[in-house]
Amino acid sequence: MTMRDAIAQHVPDGSSVALGLALEALIPFAAGHELIRQNRRDLTLIGPISDILFDQLIGAGCVKAIVAAWVGNVSAGLGYNYRRAAETGVPNKIHIEDHSNFTMALSLLAGGLGAPFIPARTLLGSDILKTNANLRAAASPLDGEQVLLVPALVPDVAVLHVQRADETGGNHCWGNLGVSEEGGLAATKVIVVAEEIVGVDVIKSDPNRVLVPAHRVTAIVHEPGGAHPSPVQGYYGRDTDFYQEYHTQSQTAEAFEQWRQRWIGAIGSRAVYLKLLGAERWRALAVKDKKLAAPANFSAT
Amino acid sequence: MKQAYTPAELMVVVAAREIKDREVVFVGMRLPLIAFAVAKRLHAPNAIGFFENGVVRDTPSASLLYTMGDPPNIEDALQCCRMTTVMGLMQKGEVDLGFLGGAEVDRNGNINTSYVGDPSAPRVKLPGSGGAADIASLARRFVVIIEHNDRRLVERVGYLTSPGNGDGAHWRANEGLPRGGPAAIITTMGVLRFGFESGEAYLDTIHPGVKLEDVKAKTGWPLMVTPVLKPTPEPTDEELRIIREVDPKRFWTS
Repeated sequence: MTMRDAIAQHVPDGSSVALGLALEALIPFAAGHELIRQNRRDLTLIGPISDILFDQLIGAGCVKAIVAAWVGNVSAGLGYNYRRAAETGVPNKIHIEDHSNFTMALSLLAGGLGAPFIPARTLLGSDILKTNANLRAAASPLDGEQVLLVPALVPDVAVLHVQRADETGGNHCWGNLGVSEEGGLAATKVIVVAEEIVGVDVIKSDPNRVLVPAHRVTAIVHEPGGAHPSPVQGYYGRDTDFYQEYHTQSQTAEAFEQWRQRWIGAIGSRAVYLKLLGAERWRALAVKDKKLAAPANFSAT
Repeated sequence: MKQAYTPAELMVVVAAREIKDREVVFVGMRLPLIAFAVAKRLHAPNAIGFFENGVVRDTPSASLLYTMGDPPNIEDALQCCRMTTVMGLMQKGEVDLGFLGGAEVDRNGNINTSYVGDPSAPRVKLPGSGGAADIASLARRFVVIIEHNDRRLVERVGYLTSPGNGDGAHWRANEGLPRGGPAAIITTMGVLRFGFESGEAYLDTIHPGVKLEDVKAKTGWPLMVTPVLKPTPEPTDEELRIIREVDPKRFWTS
């Protein structure tokens, strides 16, 4: 399925969408840009951190609420669109539900387990409990000790960028996982975005590397380079300069508008985006060496 | 003659010396990434690094990291896993030390990385906790690295994102936090540590060339000072050599 169709069919206005679940790697920027291109409104964005993707969606006016532990630019600093929305309501006011990374992880874990909440020992005494009404401390019924109750979160959609997938929804992801598995199991719909489409036999040759089982994947999108400027292990590195450039080019709402027009508005697809980035820059980011995992024997006989 | 060094390099060295051999360290971003590499190669060869994105390492990465998710942090990792694996082990009490930054830290070691001004109409919206509040809550001890001025070192944080000693030494236990608390604040002017009885920060060492009156003037509360104030030991040539090998373009340490 194309990214355009996947977003059009599965992420309507008002959806809650989990993005950037592997943290700084494998961020589904192509999916986020398509949400902006299709002018989605009133989204609730869910994710531990998002690097600059949440900042872009906020600046484009797609967002009603943020459920996250951190929103900004990891290597360059603050997110200017996030600041403008929170401080001055530009382009619109957003509701912020503060979390820590661990409470985001536990919310999605509870969502995937079908549990109402998970008790934890983090954040006791933090003001996060004052500004997030969904998190609360209570006495444990077992021993009376204070615990934090972290309620389940079930996003309407999770978008997961992975290295490879097959046509049936099978998928392989490697490197650090963050809360990808938890988010993929919690969400009602799952869109998998893959660098490569491979045969079912490739995925089934290593079932331990699967993030979410194929039967609960809603759509597969083949989108090479779809995570740029974030890295994809074994495919391309992180384009740290791009984050620095975005930082200076999003300082004002007008500057961001120009940035958005250049990198999203004026182009219709990720393939065109990569052309705009330039062949030389894209080649420089590509992984050239091979460091293959040792094969594991899955034979039953 | 000693080599010249930047304030960031001195802070990295002080942070590295906080890591003891065989400790499990929640490494975090920026300067601690380099401190972990220095410690591993010198005095803490058996230290283990945890990264909240789900990486466990027993070696520093082969090249400089801009984020913990960069491919060099995955290559040759001890384990790549889920966030709940590393956060869960920390909640269980198996992380000795974590490093944190912040916009504001107060006299009891509480950190604000969320809001300046009223949270419902903030003057400045900061990025938020990330994993910092979890590290402050759950690690056996944590160390703050921050620029020293009276906007950053404040009497009381406007918003308590990451819990230090709250309003005093017994606050953490009363709130139900299982352990831990602040061990040091490493600044551009000196190193602050915490009184056992009071839970309050005091100046423990002062960086070479810095005047005590300036430290006091740039601290947002009446700063207590250790009776015998010594200078912070300077970086050795070897420590500086490793820092510059790890960060050759001085992206983090200029």
